[in-house]
Amino acid sequence: MATEFISNEIALLAIFLLSIFVGFEVVSKVSTTLHTPLMSGANAIHGVILVGAIVVADHAKTNLELGLALAAVVLATINMVGGFVVTDRMLQMFKGKPKAKKDVGDDK
Amino acid sequence: MSRNLYDLIGLAAGICFILALKGLSSPKSARRGNLIGAVGATVATVIVFFYTNDGKALNNQTLILAAIAVGTLVGVPAAQKVQMTQMPQLVALFNGVGGGAAALVAIVEYLNLGEKASTAVVVATVFTVTVGCVSFSGSIITFLKLQELMTTRPVVFPFGRQIIALTLIGVLVSGGWVISSGGTTPLLVNGLLSLLFGVLFVLPVGGADVPIVISLLNAFTGLTVAASGYVLQTTLLIVAGTLVGASGTILTKLMAQAMGRSLFGTLFGAFTAKAQVSAGMADARPVKSGSADDVAILLNYAQRVVIVPGFGLAVAQAQHAVRELADLLASKGVEVAYGIHPVAGRMPGHMNVLLAEANVPYEQLVEMEEINPTFPQTDVVLVVGANDVVNPAAKTTPGCPIYGMPILDVALAGNVIFLKRSMRPGFAGIENELLYETKTTLLFGDAKDSLTKVVSALKAL
Repeated sequence: MATEFISNEIALLAIFLLSIFVGFEVVSKVSTTLHTPLMSGANAIHGVILVGAIVVADHAKTNLELGLALAAVVLATINMVGGFVVTDRMLQMFKGKPKAKKDVGDDK
Repeated sequence: MSRNLYDLIGLAAGICFILALKGLSSPKSARRGNLIGAVGATVATVIVFFYTNDGKALNNQTLILAAIAVGTLVGVPAAQKVQMTQMPQLVALFNGVGGGAAALVAIVEYLNLGEKASTAVVVATVFTVTVGCVSFSGSIITFLKLQELMTTRPVVFPFGRQIIALTLIGVLVSGGWVISSGGTTPLLVNGLLSLLFGVLFVLPVGGADVPIVISLLNAFTGLTVAASGYVLQTTLLIVAGTLVGASGTILTKLMAQAMGRSLFGTLFGAFTAKAQVSAGMADARPVKSGSADDVAILLNYAQRVVIVPGFGLAVAQAQHAVRELADLLASKGVEVAYGIHPVAGRMPGHMNVLLAEANVPYEQLVEMEEINPTFPQTDVVLVVGANDVVNPAAKTTPGCPIYGMPILDVALAGNVIFLKRSMRPGFAGIENELLYETKTTLLFGDAKDSLTKVVSALKAL
């Protein structure tokens, strides 16, 4: 490990810093109309904490750890899956600019 | 699966998230962007099952899959069934559970590592638990506020400032305690104090600022995910969390700008909160209030009508009623357009979603910059449940909370009709001079009821 060209810590720091710049850059000019869907989409993306929840559930050593980890899996899944679905529903409303005819009177 | 392959697929998922955010920033590609994000998240989740333990099934795999099934069974129906008006609070709730999940992940890993945890990992753990808990409890409070299960007004209590400051100190001290001496009890104390801080932090925020707080808590959750990624040494979590943290911060700033609020003021409202007194004197000057019939007559003989929908329309679920009225007027040969303020509704862009849901033709939705020059040629402006976005005080009264916020210049039109529930000022708590003008007619009542009455009065004409 110690002989690596860049240490793991530095690599993670670099990834962190570069991600900040990408995050800033990517949304810097977005119209107000899309603020809400964008927030909701970003919200769904951090639901990927599900990956972390699965990893800790895998190596849980005690029942307490397992219980907490499984709770995290449930919560993270709600965040991720629900987040993407609700964002998609929001964005459905925007599609079809010229012909706003839609026949999906789903839940009403 | 080799570590390298796993990391490469993780990298691909990270790129998916970047493309997702990029796509979501433009109307044309927004939906695709969201799908790309969902694909990235799904891939990232699926590969975990194949990477760890050298191809053997994960420990507790059945339980994990069951937990995912439970989460899906809760999340998907909630997302599908929610009324579009209630969507902001659902997003708040999703965000909160995400923060809670991140905090739990860090706690489990901390218990698991025990003595082996390095100081850097413990620091990251404390950060995740603290911010994740704040995000969790804060989001629950924003949910309760938006769902109107509690008051939307700022909640101020005696010694609030001191209590909040003390709690914050407690959070920091307990965090230091975890880092210096380790152990489960300090972390538990830290988590509980953080939960309390989240509640206290959001309580003094007024209804109008809630969207900004949701966006901020969203960015917070992103950062906790990044920190938990460090705890678990998982690059993908660091990338995804940081992306959301950074873009969420920018988005929060943009939102605050669009609403003419100071981000600083919103953030530290908890510390500076005094009950937002209405700047104007809530005096008893005469206003002209009319009946549904008066309004119908005004509308019937107009050439051009502009409808300004606002927060009240969303609350009253009146988007379908307003469309019925617009269609009826159009059939009578009246030119109808909707003037959409960028921050009308609960959140920026929310009004467009609501009206699109009611199948209002996209061409009729006119943005502020385009509609403002047309007001002098407009006979009647119908303001449905909006107040601050048409308040001339934003232009004329330096020092008032909304001063400098761009508004819809409805005062330039021939007549202005306000559909309002009461004379109560808007969320910003500022008296609206426009209500007292002679060209203004007020129709009191629930927006939906009022619109329905106007429609039947119009039909009778």
